[in-house]
Amino acid sequence: MTIHEFLVPPSVSCQRTGPNDQIVMSSRVRLARNLRKLPFPSWAKKPDRLRVIETIQPAVESLPQLDPHFAAAMDALTPLDKQILVERHLISREHAAKGAGSGLVVNREESLCVMINEEDHLRMQALRPGLQIKACWQAIDALDTALEPKLDFAFSPELGYLTACPTNLGTGIRVSAMLHLPGLVLAEEITRIINAANKLNFAVRGLYGEGTEALGNVFQVSNQMTLGESEPQIIERISKALNQIIEEEENARQALLEKKPKTVFNHIGRAYGILANAHTISSKETMNLLSLLRLGIDLGMFKGLDRAQTDEIFLLTQPAHLQRQHTGKLGAEERDILRADMLRDRLRAVQRPQVPG
Amino acid sequence: MLCNVCKQNEAKVHLTKIVGDKMQKVDLCEDCSKEKGVDDPTSYSSEDLLLGQVLAGEPAPGESDPATEPGVKCPTCGYTQADFKKAGRFGCADCYATFGEGLEPMLKTMHKGVRHTGKSPAAFQQSRAEAQKLKLLQKRLEKAITEENFEEAAQLRDEIKRMK
Repeated sequence: MTIHEFLVPPSVSCQRTGPNDQIVMSSRVRLARNLRKLPFPSWAKKPDRLRVIETIQPAVESLPQLDPHFAAAMDALTPLDKQILVERHLISREHAAKGAGSGLVVNREESLCVMINEEDHLRMQALRPGLQIKACWQAIDALDTALEPKLDFAFSPELGYLTACPTNLGTGIRVSAMLHLPGLVLAEEITRIINAANKLNFAVRGLYGEGTEALGNVFQVSNQMTLGESEPQIIERISKALNQIIEEEENARQALLEKKPKTVFNHIGRAYGILANAHTISSKETMNLLSLLRLGIDLGMFKGLDRAQTDEIFLLTQPAHLQRQHTGKLGAEERDILRADMLRDRLRAVQRPQVPG
Repeated sequence: MLCNVCKQNEAKVHLTKIVGDKMQKVDLCEDCSKEKGVDDPTSYSSEDLLLGQVLAGEPAPGESDPATEPGVKCPTCGYTQADFKKAGRFGCADCYATFGEGLEPMLKTMHKGVRHTGKSPAAFQQSRAEAQKLKLLQKRLEKAITEENFEEAAQLRDEIKRMK
């Protein structure tokens, strides 16, 4: 069985829902752990990396929390396979670049995913749809505790869990949430929110695109500091901040509808018009327009189209997902055509947006 | 302005990180920024890595880094301070013991605090609890001896012996 046969298709995975998932698309908590004595992945030569994975992988696979699970060696996956996993947010781009000695163990629910020999020996993550930071923490904390007796984690009382990069020392925790913030972007309030988050030591990055260019109005908020605070403190602080951002986004949408409704309907209408009728369209434009469609759905303007379907389209129009559906190797222009074909097909049965209320 | 990493080419890419009230800047040339994957927003480590590198490369304010002697190598993995300056990462967990002294100023700027206050592995907690118990018994033993309570002292001595 390949990893794609193991994982459920996007049509199913995109149906997973969680609290506040209009705005918080997903939550994640990741822990970094390393074994004592053995060199970290970037410094280790192949024999040492193999020793690490041969020690860690069986321990991880033995855990009942991960059943049913799929274990993959990074050098057994094709570049396309790996890119698909990146698009599904299961592995980082850094991990996709890894070869022999690096591996992955994931459960079918995609709620637990363990990367072996990424930047650290062990990067385990709990993922949930919607705003479920605390549930993610509980799940990953349990996984970590279950692994402790099986693996000798490098830990010092002063510096905490020892990691390859000092920026991950201590708790080794990265808490993050993926947010859809079209209201704040349209209201030109997003910079204020980013600055406020930065003051609280949270990073806000566009999930796609270069630098601060945020494609699809999707942003990732995460903690930057891992040492000097306990995990529950970090979780609490970021949960508070996320709740504030949710409120700000809801207020921004409300304000836009009250003060500039025609502007909002115009954006959404045009997005529908282009997506439903284009014959060639770039991935960048698609992401931005789908974001507006998603906003329209939240505002109750579409019949015959729901958020899960939009999220599925968002995923299927990504480059690797598109390529996977076609046998010949696709160039950028061909992808743009096929993307447009898929969109016209999917939106054929969807009526144009109606003004709400 | 020269690139912070290679110190040779002109810096064209500027990264600014604002954390709380602190602002940190890294200036890179085009080649180094490509090499470090700076334009990849999903790689968390790239900017942090760079800052770690840059900060590691700067002398601690008012102090000279005791572990900068070029000869110092981590006995477990052979990593040197120069390797750290280049990569911004360490070679193995023991590197922290080898290069520990120069770290504190860097950790102060990177994190909320310089001491870990979060979770610790159960085995560590157990050994720490045992160490504390042992300490307590030693204290009671000393007290018993001072008070010439030799029977109790003998019992405590035996208990300590059993624990070790």
